[in-house]
Amino acid sequence: MSRQANPTATHGDPHASHEPVFVGETRARLQALYPKYPTKQGCLLPALWMVQEARGWISEPAINEVAEVLELTPAYVKGVVTFYTMYHTHPVGRHFIQVCTTSPCNICGAEDVVRALLDATGCGELGATSPDGRFTVIEVECLGACGFATPILIDDDFIESVTPEKVAGLLERYA
Amino acid sequence: MGYPHPSHPKETVVLSRYFGDADARTYDGWVQRGGYEGLRKALGMTREAIVEEVKASGLRGRGGAGFPTGLKWSFMPKEVVKPHYLVCNADESEPGTFKDREIMRWTPHGLIEGCAIAAHAIGAERCYIYIRGEFTEPWKVMTAAVEEAYARGALGANALGSGRRIDMVLHRGAGAYICGEETAMMNSLEGRRGNPRIKPPYPAVAGVFGVPTTVNNVETLAAVPPIITRGAAWYKSLCLGNPKSTGTKLISVCGHVQRPGNYEVTMGTPFRDILYDMAGGPKPGRTFKAIIPGGSSVPIMTREEAEAAVFDYEGIAEQGSLLGSAGCIVMDDTTDMVYQICRLARFYAHESCAQCTQCREGTAWTTRILERILAGRGKQEDFQLLLDLSENMTGKTICVLSDSCAAPVVSGIQKFRGEFEAYMTGAREPAMAAV
Ligand SMILES: Cc1cc2nc3c(=O)[nH]c(=O)nc-3n(C[C@H](O)[C@H](O)[C@H](O)COP(=O)(O)O)c2cc1C
Ligand code: SF4
Ligand code: FES
Repeated sequence: MSRQANPTATHGDPHASHEPVFVGETRARLQALYPKYPTKQGCLLPALWMVQEARGWISEPAINEVAEVLELTPAYVKGVVTFYTMYHTHPVGRHFIQVCTTSPCNICGAEDVVRALLDATGCGELGATSPDGRFTVIEVECLGACGFATPILIDDDFIESVTPEKVAGLLERYA
Repeated sequence: MGYPHPSHPKETVVLSRYFGDADARTYDGWVQRGGYEGLRKALGMTREAIVEEVKASGLRGRGGAGFPTGLKWSFMPKEVVKPHYLVCNADESEPGTFKDREIMRWTPHGLIEGCAIAAHAIGAERCYIYIRGEFTEPWKVMTAAVEEAYARGALGANALGSGRRIDMVLHRGAGAYICGEETAMMNSLEGRRGNPRIKPPYPAVAGVFGVPTTVNNVETLAAVPPIITRGAAWYKSLCLGNPKSTGTKLISVCGHVQRPGNYEVTMGTPFRDILYDMAGGPKPGRTFKAIIPGGSSVPIMTREEAEAAVFDYEGIAEQGSLLGSAGCIVMDDTTDMVYQICRLARFYAHESCAQCTQCREGTAWTTRILERILAGRGKQEDFQLLLDLSENMTGKTICVLSDSCAAPVVSGIQKFRGEFEAYMTGAREPAMAAV
């Protein structure tokens, strides 16, 4: 599970009015999932992923919308959202970086990779968003690629065998 | 095993034969390599005959517990009154383990085929494959493969023209180690928080969505097509003397070795061969100090114990640990054992679902005591405190995450006590600031 990003991150406005996510094509994608689960509630995790893909994080109004669409209560949906650490309950940088530091990677220098990332991104500390709003870096537990220490995820890109030396070059692609 | 290194002569490549071979990822590529023959054959067999074949093969669950697969399948009701479901556990999050990821990345159709055979054998029309949220590449490969398998008629209302319906649904996790526990996984599939459930009821009676369910690991299911195609006797013959552990096993080796990666061996292969021949031994000038053979949830072995062990369920147990998920974490003489055991405790504290007091409090407290020791403020009494805590965390909770935290702590104190004492006496500089 990943650690929660810093709630004080500044990118995005938590109070902005909520444009519904489940309209048009996204609604059709959700409806196409209904027959795959015996209950509408079964579609909750996929629905939350759709919100995060569309908005970058899952806001309170988005929780209300998901609850309404799937016929659940907002409190219930919130309980689920907060259980799973990949769902962001606060805005994060444009690019979200997850670094594994669990023991197998730790003994191969993962903490040096974290420091290099914090320096190169300007984030300074874990969970904080860089002043330019470009990056947020967090430490996560085992990414299931321990033979390729140190693996990191930048958004959906899974990158193996990262070393401090490679960090600067890796970040260039992420504007 | 073909990826990222060529296979080693001491390997027995069955599941990993096509790792690194991008062509094997396509439907046609898989069929050219003999794929979907197992499913075709299985669809012509009765449910009972498949279960018997898998029982006879000796296949045991590769997700950690080593439960006999055929026996597990036989618990499913014979009459399909309510729907039955198969759940493929692709949550692979146990530190040290990275084999299921390679199976999904390189041989997605092998997994689909295994799932389809298992679904048929347990009377299920639908299989959910629960893939951890961080596995973005396996997700893409599996999505493409499932679509192709539907388009080519291997899945759907009339699987391979058999008249039998087999559906496959990929479900993406969202960051929670505990969802790898089978009952937590069922809750997660139902759109709930991933809290493990109290058993009974067992999954075969009331599993996901309240109906009979079987949960199997990716590697377990991927082993099924070759068993059906080549026969139980062949699989059982892949064994070096101990008939309780048969077949091949993918071993993930990581940490301080020259060639980390997955190695597929016949059950019963000497652990030495894996560590020194396949993985290349320690880095120059170093020696191994400690090895965790089955993912982070099993007791730590000393180098001597590991070198004396043969790699199968009973062989690792004889040397005081467990085969678990066969994720081998290798630590050399440069490793600070106290720091790494503390890091593991932190992992369990972070991943505890917090339902059980012993686990929620025990994992957090264990971590704090270890941090205190690392900060140079430990006392001799801390040993007893840690051991008492671990005792209270073992065998007393809804799932075994709590026990898993205790395993490295207790074995670490037993086997590397001097390293803890060095922090307590000040012989070693604090590795952490006091909190
Ligand atoms: C905390 C915890 C985490 C687990 N994680 C996984 C996992 O990531 N993958 C897996 O296959 N099994 C995992 N298991 C084991 C499953 O509960 C279950 O036993 C297994 O999926 C059954 O499949 P098998 O019989 O084919 O091994 C975990 C168990 C526990 C207690
Ligand atoms: S042992 Fe820990 S992880 Fe397992 S159910 Fe209890 S609190 Fe949750
Ligand atoms: S410990 Fe880093 S990927 Fe497993």
